[in-house]
Amino acid sequence: MKKVYIYKAYERFWHWMQAMLIFFLALTGFEIHGSINFFGFEYAVKYHNYAAYSLLILIIFTIFWHFTTGEWRQYIPTTKNIKKYLNYYLFGIFRNEPHPTKKTVLSKLNPLQKLVYFGLKTIIFPGIVFTGLLYMFYRYPQRHGIGAINIDSLQTIAVLHTLFAYLILAFVIGHLYLITTGTKITTNLKAMITGYEELEDENEKENTLKEVKNGRE
Amino acid sequence: MKKILIILIVIFIATVSIIVSLKDNYIEPSTLMKLQEKYSKKDSSSVDHSKFALLQKKFNKPQEVTEACITCHNKRHLEIMQSNHWNWEREEYIEGRGIVKLGKKNAINNFCISAAGNEKSCAKCHIGYGMTKEGFSFTDPKNIDCMVCHDNSETYMKANEEGGAPPDTLNFTFIAEHVGKPKRSNCGVCHFYGGGGNNVKHGDLEQALFEPNKDLDIHMAVEGKNLQCIDCHKTERHNIYGKLYSLSSMNLNRVYCEDCHTNTPHENDIINEHTLKVACQTCHIPTYSKGNSTKMYWDWSKAGKLKNGEPYTEEDSLGNHTYMSIKGEFVWGRNIKPDYIWFNGTATHYLLGDKIEDTSKTLTLNSLKGSYNDPSSKIIPVKIHKAKQPYDPINKILIKPKLYGDKKGEGAFWKDFDWVKASEEGMKNANLPFSGKVSFIETQMYWPVNHMVASKENTVKCNECHTQNNSRLASINDFYLPGRDRSSIVEFIGKTLILLTFIAVIIHGSFRYISKKKLIKRGEK
Repeated sequence: MKKVYIYKAYERFWHWMQAMLIFFLALTGFEIHGSINFFGFEYAVKYHNYAAYSLLILIIFTIFWHFTTGEWRQYIPTTKNIKKYLNYYLFGIFRNEPHPTKKTVLSKLNPLQKLVYFGLKTIIFPGIVFTGLLYMFYRYPQRHGIGAINIDSLQTIAVLHTLFAYLILAFVIGHLYLITTGTKITTNLKAMITGYEELEDENEKENTLKEVKNGRE
Repeated sequence: MKKILIILIVIFIATVSIIVSLKDNYIEPSTLMKLQEKYSKKDSSSVDHSKFALLQKKFNKPQEVTEACITCHNKRHLEIMQSNHWNWEREEYIEGRGIVKLGKKNAINNFCISAAGNEKSCAKCHIGYGMTKEGFSFTDPKNIDCMVCHDNSETYMKANEEGGAPPDTLNFTFIAEHVGKPKRSNCGVCHFYGGGGNNVKHGDLEQALFEPNKDLDIHMAVEGKNLQCIDCHKTERHNIYGKLYSLSSMNLNRVYCEDCHTNTPHENDIINEHTLKVACQTCHIPTYSKGNSTKMYWDWSKAGKLKNGEPYTEEDSLGNHTYMSIKGEFVWGRNIKPDYIWFNGTATHYLLGDKIEDTSKTLTLNSLKGSYNDPSSKIIPVKIHKAKQPYDPINKILIKPKLYGDKKGEGAFWKDFDWVKASEEGMKNANLPFSGKVSFIETQMYWPVNHMVASKENTVKCNECHTQNNSRLASINDFYLPGRDRSSIVEFIGKTLILLTFIAVIIHGSFRYISKKKLIKRGEK
């Protein structure tokens, strides 16, 4: 076992910034939606917009980071080992079986994570950002505007935006639970804070992408 | 790596703070300040009328004053005789029926119903002298009442039931020497008392506005800018801008808040955007009838009860008439939240003689047009006045009764208390058929609320409309309003998903907990 620097500084910064912004956007967003009462409607709208701008900037930087570092490859979905992971989370985990594959710097995500994050990054986040931008720059039909880009009703935009928000909220709940399924309950949390996680020895690097059936200990 | 992190954080914070500060600094700094400066200057008259020899004489009749006015202002009377204030009608285009002449002359409302036939009394609010049931010369300039609008001495008044004439006892010389631009008192003496008493009709125009404070109206407040009616109702050649949709149907000659304030007066862009669909009044007049009560319901069917053969009145604790033998039963209201409707500036009207299609439904006497999908419509606040008023159930038309009469036996309801006789006389006067039967029908009128503007601290708050419970806009359902509306399908999907996620987490988590304990026990063994 060796301590490996798995989450780089920017990655951690991005993760926690995004976590904070999503939490804040959910708080203000569901206030606008009428589910909670905290800041007051006017301020909820104002803060929601500021947080949305911040998130947009963060997303732009992060896309840049993903491509310059090649980290985007982590998220290419694969069907390989999916069954094993389903099997692990539904049964093996209760028998204290080890994770079906090893976590390495080059392959941080298991196939289920890849699938979920790929969905988040290609459907749900673009969806909420796109509907959010339309919501923000929505203009009522104006006589003197360009007719073709008028949107007759806010309804579709707002309802889709809400749907994506519910999906993200459900993801966050699942995410918060699943990070406790590391070697120890706090393993994954610590790794995302410090960047270091105890992983299989670096010498076995060649084998890391191979499935390893036997336990690590 | 740390350096990069620090640089990124700095860039991030800098960008966010630039956006935030740019947004907050985007203020139209001057519009309101310019207006405040403009209206702080006191208007001074260019002439002193008391110095004119022409006016330094004894006037025996008000007509002599008019003649003196016309001596110098020798074309103004022509402007007056073109005006609605004089003619009591104007040409209006009504969708579906073309051009009609509409005005007090022929209108029917659900207050005192109709001026026609009751001129001698109603003409107290006409800008002329000598209007009686025998007729009125709309072409004789001597009958123009210059003083009612231009008296600045505050001593002019009109007599009751004299066809618009003042009492002879007034000092016309003093009044003629003290004329000037109309003040709130000149306009208010008629417009605050429409419908037969203070604040009966409008709800937002009443005698408290003679000397209002800032709570009552931010513009007219005496301790504030003390604006007069004509500061907003700008006047060119005696054509006064602004109109009310009890007697108008066209989107013309209107006064808008935007005329002074522009249509983007707020610091906040999102609020500025509201102005495309929401009239200023909607947020800036949270309640009307803030001083005295206004009439909300008028039941003519209860009129005519007598005590010992004599008519009587009953009052509530605020001094409002709740019953009058001559008029019926009333419901009053104070500090009322307006109703809200879409309005594009056009209206249709029930005109005297129109057939009532469905007598079981409430009849709207002035339908204000508009909808969400109509780009020229905005949401406006209105007072809805309801009434029960007489109609002819055989001919299915509203009845215009003769109310005012000099003496008993003329058929006037206010003397004889006989609906059939009063209707017969009134309908004869209007050249309309009358079957001899009188019934009562529910009617309503829309009165746009434009005055009693609150200070900006007291405007309607966002969540008074953007809320699921008791939204002010609950009755306008033809569009999606954030905070008020939601899709029940998405709500169901979203909430179910979150609930299922929680259940899955709890089940999975407890299985993990139990199995771990078992494994530990097994290990110990």
